[in-house]
Amino acid sequence: MKKVPYRDQISKFLGLSLIIFLLFSTSLFSQDAAVEQQAETAEASTEEVVSTGGDAAKGKQLFNQNCAACHALNRKMTGPALANVETRLAEDEGLDKEWLYTWIKNSPGMISSGDSYALKIYAEYNQAAMTAFPTLSNSDIDDILAYTAAPPPAPVAAAAGAVTASTSGASSGISNEIILGALALILALLIMMLVLVNSTLKRIAEANGVSLEQEKAKKGLPLWKAFAQNQFLVLVSVIFLLLSGAYFAYGWMMQVGVDQGYAPIQPIHYSHKIHAGDNKIECKYCHSSARVSKHSGIPSLNVCMNCHKSIYEYQGNPEGPSAEDLANGYTNEFYTGEIKKLYKAVGWDEENQKYTGESQPVEWVRIHNLPDLAYFNHSQHVSVAGIECQTCHGPVEEMEIMYQYSPLTMGWCVNCHRETNVKVDDNAYYAKIHEELSKKYGVENLTAADLGGLECGKCHY
Amino acid sequence: MASKKYWKSEAELNPNDSIVEALRQNEFVEEIPTDAFLGDKAGLSETSTNRRDFLKYVGFSTAAASLAACEGPVRKSIPYVVQPEQIVPGVANYYATTIADGFDFASILVKTREGRPIKIENNKEAKVNGNSNARIQASVLSLYDSTRLQGPLSNGEAVDWETLDATIKSTLGRLKSSTKQIALLTQTYASPSTSKLIGEFKEAYGNVTHVTYDAISHDAALTAFETKYNERALAEYDFNEADVIVSFAADFLGDWQGGGFDSGYAKGRIPTKGKMSKHIQFESRMSLTGANADKRFPLKPSAQKRALAYLYGKLNNSNVSTELSEAVTKELDQVATQIKKAGSKAVVVTGIDDVNAQALVLSINEMLVSNAFKPQTPRYMRQGSDVALNTLISDMKAGKVGALIMDGVNPSYTLPNAQEFNEALSAVDLSVLFSTNWNETAENVQHTAASNHYLESWGDAELVKGHYSLMQPTIKELFDTKQFQQAMLNWLGKDIEYYQYIKDTWTTEILNGASWNRTLHDGVYVAPADLSDPEAAADKEQEVDQESEASETVSTIDVAVRALASAPSNEMELVLYSKTGMGDGKQASNPWLQEFPDPITRVSWDNYVTISRKDANGLGLVNENVANGGLDGSYAKLTVNGITLEKVPVIIQPGQASGSLGLSFGYGKKAGMKAEMQTGVNAYSLYQGFNNVQSVSIEKASGNHEFACVQLHNTLMGRGDIIKETTLEIFNTRDHAEWNHVPQVSLNHQEVDATSVDLWDSFDRSIGHHFNMSIDLNACTGCGACVIACHAENNVPVVGKQEVRKSRDMHWLRIDRYYSSEDTFEEDNTKKDNLSGAMESKSGFEEMETAAVNPQVAFQPVMCQHCNHAPCETVCPVAATTHSRQGQNHMAYNRCVGTRYCANNCPYKVRRFNWFLTNNNDEFDYHFNNDLGKMVINPDVTVRSRGVIEKCSLCIQMTQKTILDAKREGRVIKDGEFQTACSNACSSGAIVFGDSNDQESEVVELKKSDRMYHLLESVGTKPNVFYHVKVRNTNEV
Repeated sequence: MKKVPYRDQISKFLGLSLIIFLLFSTSLFSQDAAVEQQAETAEASTEEVVSTGGDAAKGKQLFNQNCAACHALNRKMTGPALANVETRLAEDEGLDKEWLYTWIKNSPGMISSGDSYALKIYAEYNQAAMTAFPTLSNSDIDDILAYTAAPPPAPVAAAAGAVTASTSGASSGISNEIILGALALILALLIMMLVLVNSTLKRIAEANGVSLEQEKAKKGLPLWKAFAQNQFLVLVSVIFLLLSGAYFAYGWMMQVGVDQGYAPIQPIHYSHKIHAGDNKIECKYCHSSARVSKHSGIPSLNVCMNCHKSIYEYQGNPEGPSAEDLANGYTNEFYTGEIKKLYKAVGWDEENQKYTGESQPVEWVRIHNLPDLAYFNHSQHVSVAGIECQTCHGPVEEMEIMYQYSPLTMGWCVNCHRETNVKVDDNAYYAKIHEELSKKYGVENLTAADLGGLECGKCHY
Repeated sequence: MASKKYWKSEAELNPNDSIVEALRQNEFVEEIPTDAFLGDKAGLSETSTNRRDFLKYVGFSTAAASLAACEGPVRKSIPYVVQPEQIVPGVANYYATTIADGFDFASILVKTREGRPIKIENNKEAKVNGNSNARIQASVLSLYDSTRLQGPLSNGEAVDWETLDATIKSTLGRLKSSTKQIALLTQTYASPSTSKLIGEFKEAYGNVTHVTYDAISHDAALTAFETKYNERALAEYDFNEADVIVSFAADFLGDWQGGGFDSGYAKGRIPTKGKMSKHIQFESRMSLTGANADKRFPLKPSAQKRALAYLYGKLNNSNVSTELSEAVTKELDQVATQIKKAGSKAVVVTGIDDVNAQALVLSINEMLVSNAFKPQTPRYMRQGSDVALNTLISDMKAGKVGALIMDGVNPSYTLPNAQEFNEALSAVDLSVLFSTNWNETAENVQHTAASNHYLESWGDAELVKGHYSLMQPTIKELFDTKQFQQAMLNWLGKDIEYYQYIKDTWTTEILNGASWNRTLHDGVYVAPADLSDPEAAADKEQEVDQESEASETVSTIDVAVRALASAPSNEMELVLYSKTGMGDGKQASNPWLQEFPDPITRVSWDNYVTISRKDANGLGLVNENVANGGLDGSYAKLTVNGITLEKVPVIIQPGQASGSLGLSFGYGKKAGMKAEMQTGVNAYSLYQGFNNVQSVSIEKASGNHEFACVQLHNTLMGRGDIIKETTLEIFNTRDHAEWNHVPQVSLNHQEVDATSVDLWDSFDRSIGHHFNMSIDLNACTGCGACVIACHAENNVPVVGKQEVRKSRDMHWLRIDRYYSSEDTFEEDNTKKDNLSGAMESKSGFEEMETAAVNPQVAFQPVMCQHCNHAPCETVCPVAATTHSRQGQNHMAYNRCVGTRYCANNCPYKVRRFNWFLTNNNDEFDYHFNNDLGKMVINPDVTVRSRGVIEKCSLCIQMTQKTILDAKREGRVIKDGEFQTACSNACSSGAIVFGDSNDQESEVVELKKSDRMYHLLESVGTKPNVFYHVKVRNTNEV
């Protein structure tokens, strides 16, 4: 298992390698500019195709709102693939746009009226009737059809577009790096100047006939011998060394078993950033047992499939993958590949939109390992206290790779129990004890510690 | 002087000895060839490992090991692929089910976590038998027994079910057309669905005999009841409705007639409005029931019969002449008067294995019109027939049986004539045994079908007439097993699950329109009264019939009385009984039960023959406490009817009737058992003619047996403040200060209550919850269900016989049993108070160490008392044990460094030290040491490691959960919600737990009672556990 060691070490390392990095950054910029140009041309070309019939841009929006849950353009999902559906129907089945209007607005009606193609489709897709959309106007449907008629955008263009968007996002980070780099450069220059000055001085001294060697010889004792002879100094430095040794040893030992920053490689690269950050999925949608149980619960795969039945590929966040993401290999294809891993694990046959029954549970690596001797209950903190998940788990919505944000040490727990006021409002359980205790302590707000939250046996049994 | 020559060896005397000369110059005679191994520099450097390398390796590997130790192990989390809707990881689910293993019958709740059953609870919805005893509590561990059969076997080889089913089916098909019979030999099911299924099986195959076999026979009681009421069943009793209970050797707090009477009994034992029931027991061995009796008379079994006959005569105002001592007849006269006075409020029961005795008791109760006696709603928990079994064995021997299919029985172990049975088995064409474990019978049959544990099975039971109970699986089969009923359905060619079969049976025959789902949820169903009306009418008709036959009945009763009155006496009579912890031995491989100390003898891991002190002295049998703190006992040789048990360990039992012995069933099992579980001797081999009383001869055998006894001091030595006792008369008439005396101390030259003086400042305990536990010594029967419940809830380890012997047992909750050394505890106290002077004290106390011949017995459950001023807390050097605002004394295992100061300073001796790592340790082979057994671990409680102290936490994991549930739902906590494992398991209501700051709670009410006292009040520990003075109804009211 890989364990991210000391975070400080990493930062030191990063600092050192900054200068080297900066050397390459300039060339990166020039590349970006080229890609940008490419993207623009690509986008222009897409727009041209779309402009026949309805408004493809509006159609895309409508499609995503209404249809995307069950339909994709180029593949079967709950319903058939919809790319060029209008022409396909006209050519293969001889059905016109009017048929489509009626079908979309009232598909169950068509099925019951016995339309032959409607019945065929109904039978083909497991007798799941399509939701009727009476609210869509004909022009809306035109727009959607226009969108479906447009050939799906080429992946190159999409990737390029994504890159374009990312440059602005990354620029702020780079400007900081530039400043740091400049400082480092200045430092290096200073050092060089010092060396130069020193050598010049030496040369001047030599020219003036001053012999440094003689000076040294005159001094007699070398420095270390003088130091060794001064008992007081030796004693002080030994004590100093011992104390600092103890200090660092203590510091090192206190981090034993503290896995803050632990970010193991998971069998499926699951990005909390994409789910909780970009798509703003509520934490407890997946970690539902955090509300009622001691465990937050890793969601079972059927929960994943609630969405991933229809989300079969990753299409990039609104801004597209950043340079950093690209550098890590987090391309759209990469993410799509991870979704396929999920399908394999849950036994989902994409082709036939069916579960095969051959499943392989995912062996996630547990990140937050509280020792067995400590009892922690999520529901107490999540449901009763109403604490945000982020309070302990950190900015999960920004974490591409999940890591342990808090130290999870007892001191950390106790601190929070000392400082946090208990949420007693509208909870009949607390009514009496709050009244009595606040009278006793003469305070309005009670901390968890006031309620006995620091007693050993509250967590250790 | 100078001429004197000192020499070291004789050789020195010879001046020419070259060796002597050489040694004068050198240390050794020959040069040591150091060069050979050090001088060869080239050779040295060529060797693969030199000294420096070695040091490098050592240093490096030590550093690597210590660095690696700092890295935490990688833990995997594997979620469900598809999570079942009802299961939330971390939240327990409860399912109502039923245990009906042929010996124990009860409606229970099963607590499951993540789909694993981990604990048995009582089903409070059940009107009858909703209480679990120690064995039922422990049965969840038997599910995870690593010695269970993991699949079907044919002649010792593993087979698959298809092959086995095909073999059985074809043989059965062949037998259908032959003259040979198909025999089913099964446990008692009391199951309507199984009865129906067996009926269908009989119909399908024709020549089928179904024999029900109870390992411990109740044939006499069944036959007596059948003769009288035309139904093979046992009478139901509710002891709550009796004011006078007279028992002749009926251990109704144990396993008498299926057990489960204790909750009714205990209700009547709590003095309310100055009244409580009076319980008189005539018995030979000291049973749990006898220990709880107000008055107990040790009588040999033969004398019991005569006494019963005499009592019958007295009640009938006829004179039965029989041979009884004067003291006994005097006592019986009194008993008769009391019964007559109580009239319908009296009840007489008997456990004598004799049809006459059983019949007599039934007619006495009928004569009394006893309220407690309920023959209209009989119990079906025992149905075995001795005659049918004997016929079957002789049929088998005669080759008349073509197939023998057994389920839930182990006749090769439980039959007295097991050898005969095994031989008869070989004459049977097809023999199949359904069993969860490999056992003695499995060794002798052709096919062993691995069957389900009851927690994996569907089933149903009619425990008492009209009271139905459903059994549902709480876990999928752990192994490739199948239950008998399912297999039968397959043989019958029915392509349905047994679940469906039960559902069909219930909806058509039992539920009468009630909801199946609702019933399955509740686990129990009581047939509405109007349903049983026609049957009641039938009963009345029967009564009319009986009246017409009255004269005949009377004459049969007369015959019975005469037979009993002239019961012959044997020199030594052996009573075979079932022990509270082991029952009939079905769960002998259950480590919880093996380590469970017997409530009476306090011995674990053994069975033994109990003998009176007088007889023991006569035979030279001894019990002694040896220097290492263990109890040792002699061996005895028992011979019954030519069958001998060599080397049976002896326990001298106070209260044992002279001339009688006791020996418990269920031990001495060997087949399929781990070595450490093979304890005791097999008493079934002496169970001649299925009679629990045998004429026996006993003699001393050589050797000493090492017992694992957890209580070596048997008497209280007059320390009346540990168990406070009084009689009902004093309780009713005197002030409580007299019978519940608070110890006094001198403060400012004034005698004041010890409880009012304090060295310490008290915490403010008035805010929030403050837990208190009440233990009523009157209601506690000592059954020990709480002990096992505590084991299961708190992951208490099993340490094994040798450790228990060293007093290293880990029970967080123990039930102390005390004998009086005089006739009563009261006399003990008086004797102690009157001792004066050193010599008299010494001899007096020495006398008081020995229990009386027929002592009073008292039980006292003791767990951590959760003192508000706890002596343990002040001595802990690392503050590992601390006090909480909620009244619980906390124990932080991870903080404990194992000084054991706390254990030394605890006046109640409730702290337990982990001398060893008991989990994942090859030295121990109990459930903590195999993956299967570990499934029973409660995930909410830490499994302790070596070197730490542990003790009762008042089930803080349960109280915290109750609090959290209330917080989440935003409501106040109602009384009764707070529970501990022991209070939940206590069916007699002796243990009540609650919040003493909740003025409405029952525990506050109980604390106000006059009977309330704390253990060792004089110590000033102010415990949060309190007791209620035991009141005995000894004097006439």
